[in-house]
Amino acid sequence: MSDKTTPPRGLSRPGKWARGAAGVAVLFLASEALGRAGIVDRSFLPPASSVTARAVELFGDSDFLSNVRVTLTAWALGLAIAVAIAVPLGLLLGSVPAVNTAVRAIVEFLRPIPSVALIPLAGLILGSGLNMEVPLIVYACCWPILFNTMYGLHDVDPLAKETLRSFGFNRMQVLIRVSLRSAAPFIATGVRLSASVALILAVGTEILSGFGDGLGMFIAQAGTVPEGTRDVLAGTVWAGCIGLIIDTVLVQAENRAFRWHLAQRSGAS
Amino acid sequence: MERPQTEKAKEMLQITGLTHSYADGHRAIDGLDLTVPDGQLLSIVGPSGCGKSTLLRCIAGLLRPTSGTLTLNGAPINGVPDDLAVVFQDYSRSLFPWLTVRDNVALPLRRRGMSRKERRAAAQEALASVGLPDAGRKYPWQLSGGMQQRVSIARALAYRPSLLLMDEPFGSVDAQTREDLEDLVLQVHRTQKITILLVTHDIDESVYVGDRVVVLNRSPARVHADLPVGLPSGRDQIETRGLPQFVQLRAEVGRLVRGGAKVPGAAPASGGRG
Ligand SMILES: Nc1ncnc2c1ncn2[C@@H]1O[C@H](COP(=O)(O)OP(=O)(O)O)[C@@H](O)[C@H]1O
Ligand SMILES: [Mg+2]
Repeated sequence: MSDKTTPPRGLSRPGKWARGAAGVAVLFLASEALGRAGIVDRSFLPPASSVTARAVELFGDSDFLSNVRVTLTAWALGLAIAVAIAVPLGLLLGSVPAVNTAVRAIVEFLRPIPSVALIPLAGLILGSGLNMEVPLIVYACCWPILFNTMYGLHDVDPLAKETLRSFGFNRMQVLIRVSLRSAAPFIATGVRLSASVALILAVGTEILSGFGDGLGMFIAQAGTVPEGTRDVLAGTVWAGCIGLIIDTVLVQAENRAFRWHLAQRSGAS
Repeated sequence: MERPQTEKAKEMLQITGLTHSYADGHRAIDGLDLTVPDGQLLSIVGPSGCGKSTLLRCIAGLLRPTSGTLTLNGAPINGVPDDLAVVFQDYSRSLFPWLTVRDNVALPLRRRGMSRKERRAAAQEALASVGLPDAGRKYPWQLSGGMQQRVSIARALAYRPSLLLMDEPFGSVDAQTREDLEDLVLQVHRTQKITILLVTHDIDESVYVGDRVVVLNRSPARVHADLPVGLPSGRDQIETRGLPQFVQLRAEVGRLVRGGAKVPGAAPASGGRG
């Protein structure tokens, strides 16, 4: 996943949706055919229709819903803390060159470590549940937000800053009123990237940590019982749908909030 | 020569021995002296790259001069002065695209300690004064170039500066808009009695708009010539530009900008003897 993606993607939405729907339909029909024709063992790969039916059924299952709530809580908490840490840090690193060079080395060392590789370590140190999930999510989510904030600051027009300065605003005011505002579309993209990272980690830590609650836990436990494949797949469908909904909502919000940014990009500049 | 006290109080801006070298060692201004009386509309002309923007940035307190002194209303310029506003050439970069036109104009007024309501009212009034009473809810990028430059002029006016600096403000608009904006500046100067420094590389414009024209040397900048413009104050794009005095002065400024020597007495004296 790239850290520097151009913010709000304003692609033609109907085209995207049509292609996405077609892909899902093909997959659905293929698995349905495989399952029903008995090519693959039913308990190994249940037909798509029965997985879907189970997924819908789970929507009314209060146990399952409380698991989903645990996962979403970890997701939201982790993402929020990451924003609260990475945005100010990015502002600092992006606007004070001396701090930037000092921290650069630490950043370059930590960044290549895949967050998932830290799950066992976090389990040892932090135990299980939110205690362990949230710090991991925070750690993983900080990177895209941090880098996008710094990248966005780099892109701020010096004349815009100079303009506000010419009206007597001080450095801090210019940082908040011009630099932060101008970098906001990039920061938002970083948050969107982090939102999917956070979900992957929330579910991933739950699956790997062995006990506790959460959507990942539900999937992991279903995998240990015979005939559990249907539940595993239904849980996975849920994870996928949650990810899709989060991404769609965030893309929509970006397009709405940063209309000015899109207009600038497609404009004369 | 000792000036009488009363006249001295009327000097708004005083620049002595101003020198500015950039970090790379490039000397943009070298020992520039300039005095601007209160209420004057001064045109500053010079070839592109001669140091005009650098001069304005020093006056605005955005750049610290390497040496020399600048005083505004008797006080040394140390940081950005309080009652000064700048209009930059590049309006599309100088306006904030994330704010509506009205909020762009209202933003600097935070420094004036005005309430939100007062800021909005002042912004609306300034927009009306530049002929854009209905643009407040739009975004800058929804307006034409000429309208955007009007917005940045409105933003500067709403701030109620006593000194307005304009850095080639009409360099990137079409000819018709340019003439309209020149007349807008003349009207603002007439009605609001503010001191205006207008930097331009357009010789006709410097004469048409100015009470006085200062010609700068090729880089590094210094004052090459200083000419009063003796044209009648009620100026008209067609009539004024047709006056023999205008034609003569324009030719003189043109000659000076191209590096021609100062000919004592060649500049038409104020009052229009011809
Ligand atoms: N930030 C800078 N660093 C180094 N040189 C600069 C910088 N800005 C301008 N200059 C140089 O200083 C000279 C004067 O620039 P400027 O004041 O922008 O001229 P003008 O506005 O008259 O076109 C030019 O030669 C330009 O290349
Ligand atoms: Mg310039």
